[in-house]
Amino acid sequence: MVEFTLPANSTVRPGKKVSNARDGKNKRVFKVYRWNPEDKQNPRLDEFEVSLDAFGPMVLDALLHIKNDVDSTLTFRRSCREGICGSCAMNIDGLNTLACTKPIEEIKGDVNIYPLPHMPVVKDLVPDLNLLYAQLATIQPWLQTQSPNPPKERLQSPEDRAKLDGLYECILCFCCATSCPSYWWNPERYLGPAILLQAYRWLADSRDEMKGERLDALEDPFRLYRCHQIMNCTHTCPKGLNPAAAIVEIKKMIVRRRG
Amino acid sequence: MAQSSSRPLSPHLSIYKMHPGMIMSGLHRITGFALTVGLVLMTWWLVAAATGPDSFARVQWLLGTLIGKLALLGWTFSLFYHFGTGLRHLCFDMGLFLSNEGALRAGWTAAVFALGATGITWVIGLIALGVH
Repeated sequence: MVEFTLPANSTVRPGKKVSNARDGKNKRVFKVYRWNPEDKQNPRLDEFEVSLDAFGPMVLDALLHIKNDVDSTLTFRRSCREGICGSCAMNIDGLNTLACTKPIEEIKGDVNIYPLPHMPVVKDLVPDLNLLYAQLATIQPWLQTQSPNPPKERLQSPEDRAKLDGLYECILCFCCATSCPSYWWNPERYLGPAILLQAYRWLADSRDEMKGERLDALEDPFRLYRCHQIMNCTHTCPKGLNPAAAIVEIKKMIVRRRG
Repeated sequence: MAQSSSRPLSPHLSIYKMHPGMIMSGLHRITGFALTVGLVLMTWWLVAAATGPDSFARVQWLLGTLIGKLALLGWTFSLFYHFGTGLRHLCFDMGLFLSNEGALRAGWTAAVFALGATGITWVIGLIALGVH
């Protein structure tokens, strides 16, 4: 359902202001969303003033600096620090992206950092992704066949393999799903761009033999057709992929099979 | 998951950056709504015309006020903008302009078309009415 405002327990209040900037220039304020389940209080926006000379160039470097040197209770997910694990997906400067590949110098003024939008918050910048993982499971993201197993692996021509380019690179960071207003308003019925791109990744695979069943499962007013081509997904994808185009390809497959 | 109901919902619309593509899409929705409201007004105008000179004159007077004229101007723009972005979405469905650059190009084209067509329509209309 469309609800433009936040529930009463979710409105963000001003938080504390901490300065750790060494004297001199190159100071920057990072405004970070905080929520601690043990506080039993509303979320707040803490302001950390830090010196950019004290750490590396990316937003993740700033968050690690704050956690290490200013406030060790700051909670966020991160792992690879090179844009391949998808853990540090968050809303930075109004757009969803990976903190580890987002240069601070691309942001003008204060740096606003929130969790991925319209998600239940576990703590600080950590959203609860369980619904998205459950939705991923519904599209059965693995190779499915009916023909007998060949003696060796199932082969694929270079041309057919090329059809998976732009799909297999998805790291499931869910920047796109949580940028999508259609997904915000109908998270339990619409699969959203991330899951639909994954669905198309298997539909586009020449070795998969369950296309009919896969399309049957997607042909639904909500699961697939809630996409209204706002294009926020493609706009925000930190890997430069195009979920909106993948969704159109699924729709085209459904039209084509009707003959 | 028992805890999840007490969990806050992270901010969405209030913090998400309104980039041109998002505004184009939102405006498509808003103009679609405006067209529906305008259709009610137009029905009223036609019914008034069928009812008699007095009721027709009343509606004509209302539409002739500044607010009435602005509403008509907005309705004209909505018609052309929604038509233009409607074609944009049809193109999307065929797989055309489905990239960040393409979607913006198609969106700006629709916006420029809507502004131009609205202007031309009003100039023609005002000339036809003899307003100089």
